[in-house]
Amino acid sequence: MPGKDGKTGALVVESQGQKQTLDTPYAAARVKNVGSVDGFKTSEAEVKQDFGPALAAQPKRPVSFFLYFRTDTDEFAPESKALVNQIFAEIARRPAPEVVIIGHTDRVGTLQHNDALSLRRAERCREELIKLGIPKVRISVAGRGEREPEVPTADEVPEPRNRRVEISVR
Amino acid sequence: MRSMLIAVTLPILLTFGVAVAAAQDAGQIKTSKGAAQIERSGQKLPATVGQVVQQGDVVTTGADGSVGITFRDNSLVSIGPDSVLAIDRFVFDSTTHQGNFDASLKQGTLAVISGKLAKQSPEAMKVKTPAAILGVRGTEFLVRTSPAKD
Repeated sequence: MPGKDGKTGALVVESQGQKQTLDTPYAAARVKNVGSVDGFKTSEAEVKQDFGPALAAQPKRPVSFFLYFRTDTDEFAPESKALVNQIFAEIARRPAPEVVIIGHTDRVGTLQHNDALSLRRAERCREELIKLGIPKVRISVAGRGEREPEVPTADEVPEPRNRRVEISVR
Repeated sequence: MRSMLIAVTLPILLTFGVAVAAAQDAGQIKTSKGAAQIERSGQKLPATVGQVVQQGDVVTTGADGSVGITFRDNSLVSIGPDSVLAIDRFVFDSTTHQGNFDASLKQGTLAVISGKLAKQSPEAMKVKTPAAILGVRGTEFLVRTSPAKD
């Protein structure tokens, strides 16, 4: 299936050693008997007919917001305050909403140090969001350390854009 | 002597049990229509919006049913009517994004938008059907399993 971003991923269909890789839009494979994988191309219309209810039941895609911090503090930068209202609105739009707070760091310090630091940032952010009145939803925290920089840098390079907390609403 | 030992170990086991249950949360139901339920350790639970899905659960739908689940790694998984989907394994490390997601579509229709597990490692997510195994390399896909004709 074509992805939302227009790119198509890949799926490997395997039945008793027979393999078929599907990596073009609407590529399909039929396995009538174990061991026989027949590739073919389906269409948007066929997909809608066969998979309409399953596609209609797909949950909304998670949305992420990024909060940045004043250097060396746990205070939100001013533009981040406005974001909080958007986060509330997104929560209100979703059934059984969950909030995942994911901390990120730059590459100054060791991997282990940054894992712990990113988790601390996320936990501090959780306290702030609860104080600001995030409604009763499931909030979880994660520390991603320096693994997912917004701006890739060499090791030990300070980069404020990477010192951020991601608020994912799903 | 034996009964004393049990008295001492029981509270520890109970505490441990609670911790494991929380770690086993694999996802949460976000959409639900018609007849839909979760089978968990021999019990049947209604598959309502907000219900937690765990490793080992089997999600089933009736002729008018459908269910959509968001997993902890942001995999979005939904099934259509007359479907049976088993969550065989779900392990996700939110720091490294490593883990495994194995599911089996025994019957019916399945729509998947893969999440962080498949993005991190091409081996992490697999969907089994009675006839084939699908290895997910980061993608959106659909699966249908028809009942055997004979």
